[in-house]
Amino acid sequence: MPNASKHLLFILAPLVVVFALLPGVYQNHLLLFNFVIFLILAQGVNIIYGFTGYLPFGYVGFFGAGAYGFAIMVMHLQTPAPLAVLVGGVVAVALGLLLTPLLRLSGAYFAIANLAASLAVLHFVANPALEGITKGPYGVSLTGTFNPTHAYYAAVVVMALTVGAVIYLKNSPFGLALQAVREDAVSASMAGVNIIKMRVIAWLASALVAGLAGGIYAWYVSVFYPDNVFSGEFSIFAIVFALFGGVATITGPIVGVLILYGIYNLIGFTTPQYFQLIYGLLIMGLVLFLPAGLVSLATRRGWHVP
Amino acid sequence: MSPEQNSILKVSKLVKRFGGFHALDGLSFHVVPGEILGLVGPNGSGKTTAINVISGLYAPDGGEVVFDGASSGGVASHKLVHRGINRTFQVPKPFLSLTVRENIQVALAYGGATGTPPSIAELLEDFRLKEVADRPAADLNSAQQKMLDLTRALATRPRLLLLDELAAGLNPAELDWIAGRIKALAATGMAIIVVEHLMGFIEQITDRVIVLNAGKEIFEGTLATAVREPQVIEVFLGGEHAH
Repeated sequence: MPNASKHLLFILAPLVVVFALLPGVYQNHLLLFNFVIFLILAQGVNIIYGFTGYLPFGYVGFFGAGAYGFAIMVMHLQTPAPLAVLVGGVVAVALGLLLTPLLRLSGAYFAIANLAASLAVLHFVANPALEGITKGPYGVSLTGTFNPTHAYYAAVVVMALTVGAVIYLKNSPFGLALQAVREDAVSASMAGVNIIKMRVIAWLASALVAGLAGGIYAWYVSVFYPDNVFSGEFSIFAIVFALFGGVATITGPIVGVLILYGIYNLIGFTTPQYFQLIYGLLIMGLVLFLPAGLVSLATRRGWHVP
Repeated sequence: MSPEQNSILKVSKLVKRFGGFHALDGLSFHVVPGEILGLVGPNGSGKTTAINVISGLYAPDGGEVVFDGASSGGVASHKLVHRGINRTFQVPKPFLSLTVRENIQVALAYGGATGTPPSIAELLEDFRLKEVADRPAADLNSAQQKMLDLTRALATRPRLLLLDELAAGLNPAELDWIAGRIKALAATGMAIIVVEHLMGFIEQITDRVIVLNAGKEIFEGTLATAVREPQVIEVFLGGEHAH
């Protein structure tokens, strides 16, 4: 059986089945929804960071743009929610196109510029002068489309597509070429790879993923403020989850979200007073002892991790 | 037809400046299909800069590069690869976390090679990488990384191959072996430019050498003749040895 089929059968299919069935047996649907959203965002970070090496500290900019793309379509054009989610994705891609000049930067410079860009988008959306379009800092209320069940299943579909995209990257010459660009752009160009085109495609794909997730988030919560959907926590969490599991793999970000977000909520429920302390120690331990993520425990022993 | 008219690469009055420093200062030469041309000269004479301009990593500041009848100066590297130019690097630059096989697969998939694609198995066999085919490139020693760099280039089926100090660091047996491989490539019609400091190796494989100093050509001919030229001796060994 080809690797891609194995990955679809043994990674993607169980993940989708579990998250499709869990709402029937577990009552905290908001928690399940957040898990799915972070699975999407962590894989989105994986696409841009794991496969091209750009660390998107302002990744939430695309998420927020998707949420507001959704809200504007619903508020002003009464667009059906699924279509508005797609528009959210398109808005994020448009923002990604606008920000393509950032790809000239690398390392910390790119990360800082991307963070600044996401803050700029937040303040643009939250500008009181745009109240007529975005509701400015006063937030949006989308009671007409409120349907958490449909939003949840839409999130599962987007998660499936995102994990499917990562499976494609892991098993195609296109994904290999992206990794080649990450490893050495000059050598990649001498392998015939158009490095600018590859970086832009990965950047826009990761923007699309976050935009769709943002649109679905807006659909699910229905009432939100700019600070909610542009919160830096989304970027930080998605990056930490992806790194914790291990990027440039299919399973790393999934394992990262399930374990870290699981622990995050466990501590939050049981011992909230030690929450920041325990979580902070965990992340420090990761950076010090497992900089290549949990999957490196296996790869160091010569085991292949999909 | 004169050899120059038959050339696959023609470089005319090439200029490349870095700030006020003229790395190339009016360099002209040509190479014909099937020829192995040596570029020699002291450190800083412009050999690697010439290769970087021809392979599209630097845009020239003056002069012209014509590959296969079309101007190629300032064209993006990946497009030149598709047109049939490739190179190796002085310090090999493989994709370290990818396996040897995957390194070659990238070039096979994106190199734009026309005709029958080169076979990975043959490339691995020909350049002694078969045993390490499924290991990450980071695990290879420097000689193996040089061979991987070369197979990456060959996977794109170049008609002009630029070798930047491929032989440095190889032992005598490996030098003889790689000399044979390079001659075999030239025998297929591939034009090859070799930048090298090892004069014995240059003598073994080249038909003709260009000696560079300060970005200019100071000699063209066989290496055997070059080593008797006072001007060549002067730039390599200093003025007092020239007479």
